[in-house]
Amino acid sequence: MTKGATRPAWWVGAAALLAVLPWVPGLQSDFGRSLLSQMGIAAVFALSYNLLLGQTGLLSFGHAVYFGLGGYAAIHLLRAVNGGWPIPVPLVPLAGAAAGLGFGIVFGALTTRRGGTIFALITLGVGELVRAASLMLPSFFGGEEGVTASRTEAPRWLGLDFGSQLQVYYLIAAWLFVAAILIHAFMRTPVGRLCNAVRDNPERVEFVGYDPRRVRFIAFSVAAAFAGLAGGLHAINYEIVTGEAVGATRSGAVLLMVYIGGVHHFVGAVLGAAAITWLQVSLSDYTSAWLLYLGLIFMGMVAFVPGGLAGLAMIHLSALRTRAVAAIARSYLLALPFALATLAGAATLIEIAYRRSTQPEAGALMTLFWIPMDTAKPWPWIGAAGVLALGAAALARIRPRVAAAWERAAEEIHAHA
Amino acid sequence: MPSALAAPRPEPAPVALELSGVHKSFGATPIIRGVSLAIPRGERHAIIGPNGAGKSTLFNLVSGRIAPTRGSIRLEGAEIAGEAPYRIARRGLSRSFQVTNIFPRLTVYENVRCGVLWPLGCGYDFLRRCDRLRDVAERAERVLGQIRLADRRDTLAGVLTYAEQRALEIGIAIAGDARVILLDEPTAGMSRHETENAVELIRSVTEGRTLVMVEHDMGVVFGLADRISVLVYGEIVASDAPARIRENEAVRAAYLGDADA
Repeated sequence: MTKGATRPAWWVGAAALLAVLPWVPGLQSDFGRSLLSQMGIAAVFALSYNLLLGQTGLLSFGHAVYFGLGGYAAIHLLRAVNGGWPIPVPLVPLAGAAAGLGFGIVFGALTTRRGGTIFALITLGVGELVRAASLMLPSFFGGEEGVTASRTEAPRWLGLDFGSQLQVYYLIAAWLFVAAILIHAFMRTPVGRLCNAVRDNPERVEFVGYDPRRVRFIAFSVAAAFAGLAGGLHAINYEIVTGEAVGATRSGAVLLMVYIGGVHHFVGAVLGAAAITWLQVSLSDYTSAWLLYLGLIFMGMVAFVPGGLAGLAMIHLSALRTRAVAAIARSYLLALPFALATLAGAATLIEIAYRRSTQPEAGALMTLFWIPMDTAKPWPWIGAAGVLALGAAALARIRPRVAAAWERAAEEIHAHA
Repeated sequence: MPSALAAPRPEPAPVALELSGVHKSFGATPIIRGVSLAIPRGERHAIIGPNGAGKSTLFNLVSGRIAPTRGSIRLEGAEIAGEAPYRIARRGLSRSFQVTNIFPRLTVYENVRCGVLWPLGCGYDFLRRCDRLRDVAERAERVLGQIRLADRRDTLAGVLTYAEQRALEIGIAIAGDARVILLDEPTAGMSRHETENAVELIRSVTEGRTLVMVEHDMGVVFGLADRISVLVYGEIVASDAPARIRENEAVRAAYLGDADA
């Protein structure tokens, strides 16, 4: 939680950014706006998840349950709207939020009695339960095909028909903005502050008059409501909700987003949601091994950057004000080519291995990094391994320089504090 | 005295905390073996005894961390034995811990504020902003001043020095309206100078309240307590004014003799 984030200027800036994004060159296309829409949905979902993980210390493996059930509630409402119910489309996500809240209260009463490992395991169980139910109750979940509806066959509202991706994006962006403000405000209420206290030390909370189970339950229900809201936006964006919306993959993805974005910062969830969505959409265009890369990135972040993207940004921002900034920049510049070489070497090995094991029929010839190679011969393997080894060795040599520059920055920051 | 039974009792000497026949066993091992103790309102009461005597267990029983095997514990007349800690806390009993037990990733101010929220009626409020609750802020700031951590207000509690964390520990315990305060070894691990400060702090913040403390430092005990109980192997062997405890042969033999240094 950063103090600065409470300043109104930040919110105005965030609103302006959301308004401008779909007009930024490169994002102006329908593809770009669709990507932004997906990021926005993921951001609402990730913010709700961080309310659990980052703020209350609850590691859930089944948060998609509330996303998915919210999505189903919204898509069914949208169908009713298609059938003539006079409800404006922009309000449909509220049905998702209501469903998320309702199921959050029901399942939360069960799961939040304990924290820690027990909580995590029960959420895993509830996730599997709901996923199984989604296959067993086709009348509500629509079976394999899912449930479809149309966001355009609805009464117009302020002249909006949601026929264009731009209108859908602004609907999602508006809800993201509202959700961010509400979650941020929630964290500042007495219960919100108690969430942090429960995260830090649930036992001590009991001795200042609060029942940590009640605090966890409230946090869980609120988080489920916002997950349901995200699911409702998902329903409007895709006009279809299928069983995977409640599934473990989505629950895992949101954990990845929040962790990579940074659990200790409010904006971390948004950064992580944007980054992972972008990787999911764009990386999968370049390589079929994209899930493997995602896993590697996650492992690397957990091991080396526990503060996530937001934490990384924060320490660099504070280093910017020190005189060590030039030394840091120089050490980075020096490391950059070797880092790229290391990545290229590793990626080449992964791609060759992946192609040969999963698509042997595609043959041995492939082109990677603009270099044609015959992977039946040992040379591409040896070359890639060599580049990887050299790059890694050089990075190991440069590392002390980077560390020394950072030490100088840290000294200066501490001297100021 | 039959007349006392017949007439409605005139104001009895108000008892803040009363234990009668309290037992606690872990499995087959008895730890607390029939403790009875009445602590009048406003008294500063110290519990001393050798290691393993059950002092911390006694605190855990009173504060609800664990339930007694049998026996009665009354807080201002109301039975609290076996109640959840948060219910006992709401009744007006708070405690500190022997091992520092704070909220490491909250600021010093927020740590103290956690102790203020329930007593000032915030409950599970999620509609009002905490920062705008003026009475909460005033109380928290006042406690910060009392524990002399005002200049560390926005520091994360986890990075405080040990002595500062101990002061904060006491601060959380006294921040609310608790009328009975249990302090578990408040000066453990402190230097002589820090201990002197802690004694002054405890004396001032418990003014007008009932204090029960477990303490090993005899200087602190004899300097602060109005009355001392000696706990040995789960039983109270003596409970008296400090001067008389000092003279008590049984106490000397059981405890003070080897800890007098």
